[in-house]
Amino acid sequence: MSIRERLSGNEAAAIAMKQINPDVVAAFPITPSTEIPQYFSSFVNNGVVDTEFVAVESEHSAMSACIGAEAAGSRAMTATSANGLSYMWEVLYIASSLRLPIVMNLVNRAVSGPINIHNDHSDAMGVRDSGWIQIFSETNQEVYDNLIMAHQIAENKKVLLPLMVCQDGFITSHSIENIELLEDDVVKKFVGTYKPEHYLLNDKEPISIGPLDLQGYLFEHKMQQSEAMFNSKQVILEVADKFEKITGRKYGFFEEYRLNDAELVVVCMNSTAGTAKATADKLREQGIKAGVLKVRVFRPFPAEEIAKALSNSKAIAILDKADSLNAAGGALFEDTVSSLYTSNIHIPAISYVYGIGGRDVKIDDIEKVYKDLNEIVNNNGNINYPYRHLGVRGI
Amino acid sequence: MKDLIEIRWHGRGGQGTKTASLLLADAAFNTGKYIQGFPEYGPERMGAPITAYNRISNNPIRVHSNIYEPDFVVVVDDTLLDCVPITAGLKTDGAIIVNTTLEDEILKEKLKDYFGSIYKIDARKISEEALGKYFPNTPMLAAIVKVSQIMSDETFLNDMIDSFRHKFAKKPEVIDGNMKAIKMSLSEIHKVQ
Repeated sequence: MSIRERLSGNEAAAIAMKQINPDVVAAFPITPSTEIPQYFSSFVNNGVVDTEFVAVESEHSAMSACIGAEAAGSRAMTATSANGLSYMWEVLYIASSLRLPIVMNLVNRAVSGPINIHNDHSDAMGVRDSGWIQIFSETNQEVYDNLIMAHQIAENKKVLLPLMVCQDGFITSHSIENIELLEDDVVKKFVGTYKPEHYLLNDKEPISIGPLDLQGYLFEHKMQQSEAMFNSKQVILEVADKFEKITGRKYGFFEEYRLNDAELVVVCMNSTAGTAKATADKLREQGIKAGVLKVRVFRPFPAEEIAKALSNSKAIAILDKADSLNAAGGALFEDTVSSLYTSNIHIPAISYVYGIGGRDVKIDDIEKVYKDLNEIVNNNGNINYPYRHLGVRGI
Repeated sequence: MKDLIEIRWHGRGGQGTKTASLLLADAAFNTGKYIQGFPEYGPERMGAPITAYNRISNNPIRVHSNIYEPDFVVVVDDTLLDCVPITAGLKTDGAIIVNTTLEDEILKEKLKDYFGSIYKIDARKISEEALGKYFPNTPMLAAIVKVSQIMSDETFLNDMIDSFRHKFAKKPEVIDGNMKAIKMSLSEIHKVQ
């Protein structure tokens, strides 16, 4: 029996963590993710979880404590945003290269400067090559569901990679919405007990973790990380299947919304996907074949699958909530068009950087994107200029 | 009720506007609706203008943007009438609800660009009488429920007593006052002719 509730995205994350009941949570507060460790620490204080809560003095220490805990053989979780994640940067690579399946809540916020507390994806994009699995969430429900699935993916022997569940700061983290929760024992059974194969506190098998790794072996170890990221694709789908069996909610690498016969397609992530779906519905009523591809799993990037899903469209707009400042389009755009190229599919595709620093994204904005795509189709696929910005003044 | 009702709240930091929007989301949720309740975070400080939003529907809500064409606007502090575009995008078949003691003619003059219905309520008087302090959010919550007809008065009252018992579990002495404020508001909210 599922439980009908109404929770904010941060509450949903904290409740998921309560039900997961990890061995260690180490965190340092930063807006807009602060509420997650705040709520969780009250669960610790009230004795409803038996987690060791480490109130560290910085995010660098938060991740370091998670690394220590996970290496010791326990299950560790954390939460952060923006500059907090930036401050973890060097240790994120340590976590992934030591193959420690730590699970993080990333409540997406613009990385300073100038200082801004609102949502964009510049924090997540800044660590996209750090060897972490990155899963994005449109709604509070998806935040919850992705967290419940996270450990089963990350701790799988074929994977052993850290994983971050992303959600949009304020837009979902501070918005109350309907949600269906699972009962505690159902989550407990699904998440299971963590049984690491090798760990520091195993007196039967003394090991070193993180020694010097020079020309002779580092490449091989990086190759293993690369293979693990490829392997994680299958595991992500297997865990989603298991999750569907207990919830009826189906998850894949991405969601195809009215994509079957879509001619004009918007590709995006997180909360914007909801607004894009509402826009597609509106345009469908006017006879325009609009569709949405919502990327859920960004790392590993499901390149072949996305290319295939987009292969019947006539024009594609890829929306990035972070500007790569590279004079060549956003990260999601680059990954998507390279996927198409590698699959030998050539469809006009344009990049939109949008929603920076919490700039609100309205149905009107997405409608403008579809209108631009329609123009490209009517103009024999002539793109004119691919590197566009949406909703910014002065262009 | 229409399939989707969108509400925009205007208040000042410290008046409980955000809380009121969350309480409204709660009340609608308890009657089986799909809901969103979210504030627009700006520079948060006491007295600064703040905005909060609600979407209430019989169907799942997908849109994740602020609300630009609300069905209802709730004004928790009437000094905002002079400094914030209160009625921007407000549908003419909707309504604006103002916490004010202004004369009808003066209020109408301040809202002369808006052609829909205007309701007013003296939330200060109600709050001070019922609670002994000025907390305008509970009276304004009752006012928007009454005007928007999201649910019947009876359903709302039953729901709020449960919700206050939960919310104020550690200070039950304020439950009666809040319920009194709601009852007074439901009867005192009136349309400006």
